[in-house]
Amino acid sequence: MNFVQNFPFFNIIMCLACGVISSVLSAKKARKLSIGLISTVAIMSACVLGFTLKTKQSYIYMMGHFPAPWGNEIRIGVLEAAMALFFCIIMLCSILGGLEHILQDVQQQKQNLYFTMINLMLSSLLALIYTNDLFTAYVFIEINTIAACALIMIRDNGHCLVAAMKYMIMSLIGSGLILISISMLYDLTGHLLMSNIKQAVAEISATGEYAIPMTIIIAFLCIGLAIKSALFPFHSWLPDAYGYATASSSAILSSLVSKGYIFLLIKIFYRVIGIEVIRDHKIDNILFVFAVSGMLIGSVCAMREHDIRRLIAYSSVAQIGYIYMGIGLGTQGAMIAALFHIMSHAATKSMLFIAAAGLSEVSGNSKDFTDLKGSGYRNKIAGAAFTVGALSMVGIPLLAGFTSKVYFAVAAVDAKPTKMETAMIILAISTILNAVYFIRSIISIYTPRNTKYNNPSYRPAKTMTTALILFIILNFFLGIGSNLIYRLIESGLSMFA
Amino acid sequence: MGHNLIANYYELAAVVLFGIGFTTLLLHKNIIKKIMGFNIMDTAVYLFLAAKGFIAGRTAPIVVDGIQETTAYINPIPSGLVLTGIVVSVSVTALMLSLTIRLFRRYHTLDIDEIAMLAKKEDIK
Repeated sequence: MNFVQNFPFFNIIMCLACGVISSVLSAKKARKLSIGLISTVAIMSACVLGFTLKTKQSYIYMMGHFPAPWGNEIRIGVLEAAMALFFCIIMLCSILGGLEHILQDVQQQKQNLYFTMINLMLSSLLALIYTNDLFTAYVFIEINTIAACALIMIRDNGHCLVAAMKYMIMSLIGSGLILISISMLYDLTGHLLMSNIKQAVAEISATGEYAIPMTIIIAFLCIGLAIKSALFPFHSWLPDAYGYATASSSAILSSLVSKGYIFLLIKIFYRVIGIEVIRDHKIDNILFVFAVSGMLIGSVCAMREHDIRRLIAYSSVAQIGYIYMGIGLGTQGAMIAALFHIMSHAATKSMLFIAAAGLSEVSGNSKDFTDLKGSGYRNKIAGAAFTVGALSMVGIPLLAGFTSKVYFAVAAVDAKPTKMETAMIILAISTILNAVYFIRSIISIYTPRNTKYNNPSYRPAKTMTTALILFIILNFFLGIGSNLIYRLIESGLSMFA
Repeated sequence: MGHNLIANYYELAAVVLFGIGFTTLLLHKNIIKKIMGFNIMDTAVYLFLAAKGFIAGRTAPIVVDGIQETTAYINPIPSGLVLTGIVVSVSVTALMLSLTIRLFRRYHTLDIDEIAMLAKKEDIK
């Protein structure tokens, strides 16, 4: 056994341990530890990615001394390692970009706790990515929820507390549904490990027994994870949570937390239930309907917003709709497009949140577009990053958002005729709606009317500049080097099942 | 189908309780009642798991009198899951309660709609 194979397990344990240690450290040390930890995890994940690319197959890592049907295990392939690496990069950039805001928004004596939560969040994300055991996934879903709630409520104002409460209530409904469906699945199959469940499910569905319980199980799992990742009819918690939390929290919540759940859902589709069984139960059609309505309603809500953060938050609803549309289209290509969009949306949305924070700090900390007029001139790098992000969301060539839209369109051609037509039409309408509100916001931040906030001595924080430049590079890389990523995801998905 | 319901009355009770907890959590305005609903919902799942793990005529899987045969004991895995689940739900309840305390100190009410309205008004000032 190669030493590199131990890395995913080390990463999860390291993050948990650092979370505990951070709670007794000073704010500065906790910050350094957290940033060091994320960088280390990124490097180690890159090693694992290299290893899995070389061996061209996924491997199973036993946790403890008990073999398959009894013990707990994690499973690592190309896709998992790539996601872990990508999540670490996004998390690092989000924290660096919002560092000054964390120092402002969070009380001095609580700052180390913020980084505790960041470490716990990373550990739960890694565990969700790697785990091969359904109940472990549930436990880490709850850890993720708690950490996310703490990241929202740590900024001590009324809005954040209310947002955290709303988030918590919706999340608990989601986790309740997930828990009961896992229990029912255990009841039907007698297993908790994903590969064993898949075998048992295949046997059960071959006999045609328990069709209704199986549909209910799949529906509960999907709804539970959809609530947590804010798919359209369940998105009521999202605008407040993303709109009022500190910038880094918003960036991490929108780009990583919801994506972790979607990744888990894709994993459940492929590894637990089996994609054919999902199609037999027609769950993908329902997800597709939710997704396309989300793409429209999210954009329409965003158009009505005058608050830059809430606008970006509503745009997330639409973009999550895109990802679920990929899952709902039900072809291999669409699934790859969905996974690619997970990456491109994560890179773009976190950049937009950080850039929006940069723009509002030169506009008297206001988030309203009337105050933000001309802020693109006052904070040049944030203005540039916001423009790149907005154009990417609209789908301008060379940028990440364009490439994922192309992949969606190409994948839709192979789908069933009704789905193909709907997907194409909604994609077109949604692109126009995106363009309406994003181009309007770009024009707004470059309208030099408001001289009230002019401050020639203002310099954006170095950390924010670095993070935004990294984000812009990442966005262009995802847009231009998309072939490489596409092949990576393709090979990852083939060893996923 | 009906005869199954009577035979599996534990599961029936669990599902009914789950429904009660779920609707309370979703629809009630009072935060404390919401937390109660959440606890009822989780406990219902534990009842479901415990009922699934139980085999009539056998004892808890703890070796006391030197009996080693597996046929003497019930399935230990659901019990393990219940324990893990309890730990999770206790920590989530603690977090919810602390959040409720902070909200109550700020707004002097437990009605979630009222709190949301008060928070909005704060913004206008």
